[in-house]
Amino acid sequence: MAVTIDNTPDTIAPAASGWRKIAVRSIAWLQAGPMTLVFALFFLLPLVLVVIVSIWDYNEYEMIPAFSFRGYTDTFEGCVANLPELCTILKTYLKTLKLCLLTWGLTLMIGFWVAYFLAFHVRSKTWQIVLSLLCTIPFWTSNVIRMIAWIPLLGRNGLVNQGLVGAGFINKPVEWLLFSEFSVVLALVHLFTFFMVVPIFNSMIRIDKRLIEAAYDAGASGWQTLVNIIIPLAKPGIVIGSIFVITIVMGDFVTIGVMGGQQIASAGKIIEARLSALQFPAAAANAVILLGITIVIISALTRIVDVRKEL
Amino acid sequence: MTDRSKTPSISRRSLLKGAAGVAGLAGSGTLLSAPYVHAADPKVLRYLGTAVNEGDEISKKCLADTGIKIEYITATTDDVTKRVITQPNSFDVLDTEYFSLKKLVPSGNIFPLDARKIKEFDNITPVFTKGELPNGKKIGGQGTAPWKVLYLEGANSKTFSATPTEYVTLIPTVYNADTLGIRPDLIKRPISSWAELLNPEFKGKASILNIPSIGIMDAALVVEATGQYKYADKGNMTKAEIDLTMKVLTEAKKAGQFRAFWKDFNESVNLMASGETVIQSMWSPAVTKVRSMGIPCVFQPLKEGYRSWASGFCVSKAVGGSPKLDWAYEFVNWYLSGWAGAYLNRQGYYSAVLSTAKANMTEDEWGYWMEGKPAKNDIKAPDGTLMEKAGAVRDGGSYDDRMGGVVCWNAVMDENDYMVRKWNEFIAA
Repeated sequence: MAVTIDNTPDTIAPAASGWRKIAVRSIAWLQAGPMTLVFALFFLLPLVLVVIVSIWDYNEYEMIPAFSFRGYTDTFEGCVANLPELCTILKTYLKTLKLCLLTWGLTLMIGFWVAYFLAFHVRSKTWQIVLSLLCTIPFWTSNVIRMIAWIPLLGRNGLVNQGLVGAGFINKPVEWLLFSEFSVVLALVHLFTFFMVVPIFNSMIRIDKRLIEAAYDAGASGWQTLVNIIIPLAKPGIVIGSIFVITIVMGDFVTIGVMGGQQIASAGKIIEARLSALQFPAAAANAVILLGITIVIISALTRIVDVRKEL
Repeated sequence: MTDRSKTPSISRRSLLKGAAGVAGLAGSGTLLSAPYVHAADPKVLRYLGTAVNEGDEISKKCLADTGIKIEYITATTDDVTKRVITQPNSFDVLDTEYFSLKKLVPSGNIFPLDARKIKEFDNITPVFTKGELPNGKKIGGQGTAPWKVLYLEGANSKTFSATPTEYVTLIPTVYNADTLGIRPDLIKRPISSWAELLNPEFKGKASILNIPSIGIMDAALVVEATGQYKYADKGNMTKAEIDLTMKVLTEAKKAGQFRAFWKDFNESVNLMASGETVIQSMWSPAVTKVRSMGIPCVFQPLKEGYRSWASGFCVSKAVGGSPKLDWAYEFVNWYLSGWAGAYLNRQGYYSAVLSTAKANMTEDEWGYWMEGKPAKNDIKAPDGTLMEKAGAVRDGGSYDDRMGGVVCWNAVMDENDYMVRKWNEFIAA
């Protein structure tokens, strides 16, 4: 197309050339069009609706399209009055952030080394694919099944407790293995390490092997190669994986609920409790708050690494 | 020439294709229509409800008896309500609990059924209509008791009528009296009061239902049992009463009283069967399920009484005036005609029309489930598995003892919004 335009003599038809330029540009728009449309219809529009609904009023059974900040003011109820004690929403977010941080740290550590193993130690492509697929196994079961499956392992009379008692490490079964922050983090790590492995693996596989050879030839130790070559080049993968894990864990309420015995607060659970009580505007207000906080975290992360530049 | 030779070959091929297609259609048609009794006029009703009443046996029997095909849409209690409010066109028949009516009726999304078209309406147990047992004994009415919300003032009215009218919000079907389930083998002493739920002796081994409005009522029963406070209406607390009750719950939670809260039938069974919990609020069939696994479990009657629930049928407003309304009446009439009632009674629930259910049960079954008599023969589940051995007596005894002991009903409070906020605070504590 571009070639045709260049060959068109300006003297003959300057207007036609202008039209062609417009045509080229409109083709670009057409190509981007379907995605834009899908994005606008299924992401932007619902998001705008959520924001609008969050400033509506509500009663027992319906939303009332009248301006009200009730959803927000109720959410921050007692945040000033109860000082120095923390209010519900702050406590909830601190707990959510704590779980998020723990999960992120662990998935990053595990995910990085799994990806490292897959990228540098597994030579055959087939095995790389087979082993990556193995990482998806935790997704094969439903949450209810998963909860029921953890009981025989971590429960009071479960395998781990029986083993520890049998080996004489403890006198009586420990309770904190299940329905605790420990079990929540364990389940989240078990589920979401995969989201770390894939982008980091993807970054690592594209590292030019000659760079590593060059480092070796220049006398770099294994550690120096890792810190100065592999980690910097795998950074985009690390950041993308981190974005996946953090956004999922910040909004999670099912896993935290099931593994925490429904007794551990999370930002998602507040929204769920509001939705179940048909208090949609209050739920929307909480969703907007959660979105805001998550965006702040993600933008801080992308400050560290410009993903777009690195890709 | 070429054109000519091409044309017939194409048409022949498409003809063959067409014939194959027709044959295929005919074949699949006979295959599909074979199981239907009334294949010419498929009457399909989309039935929205919780898993509690949605037995495959019921839909199969209904299809065989009436030709109405029931398509179940299963959701949790909260999601059923949400669906009625947000997608009233996505279902035909609604099976829901009376306490959700406070939300459903004002929304205008449900269509009240006409009591005069329900054959057995006059035989419905007075538990629903008058708040008393068939023998005349009055039962507790705290919370959203069914007789408070059974009638509407008119066909399109959004106000509940205190006196009987022909416009019925929900045609009664099933109800029960709920209490605590316990593991007698692990507790090793008699349990007789709701106070035991928060007894520190069972620290880390207790559980309640993860539905705020029901969880708070169980806590209120504990508060009353320990003599800390007496509520005017446990199902409709004032803000101060909510604060007090949530404080008691919060202290228990901080002390580590609860192992986990459950929301799903199977969760409650697993918590109890694995010994993670030894005392928890529970449903009758869940206790039976634990027992059928060979693990001792008792649906323990308590001196303060039972918390009850009840559910029934209505239809979507979209069904009103369409031919589906007649099928809905046919379905509801079939449901109350006895077979389904007996099926529900045999699971440990109670059916709304006792006389027709009795006619569909053996004398021994009726004696065990309804009269508190020892079973003469083994008691079998609807699928034939052994539930109780001969000689067993039902926990809590007879219908009159159990339903007569009801003190409150599952409810939605006027201060529901405040209560949900307090519940979130409780979870975060």
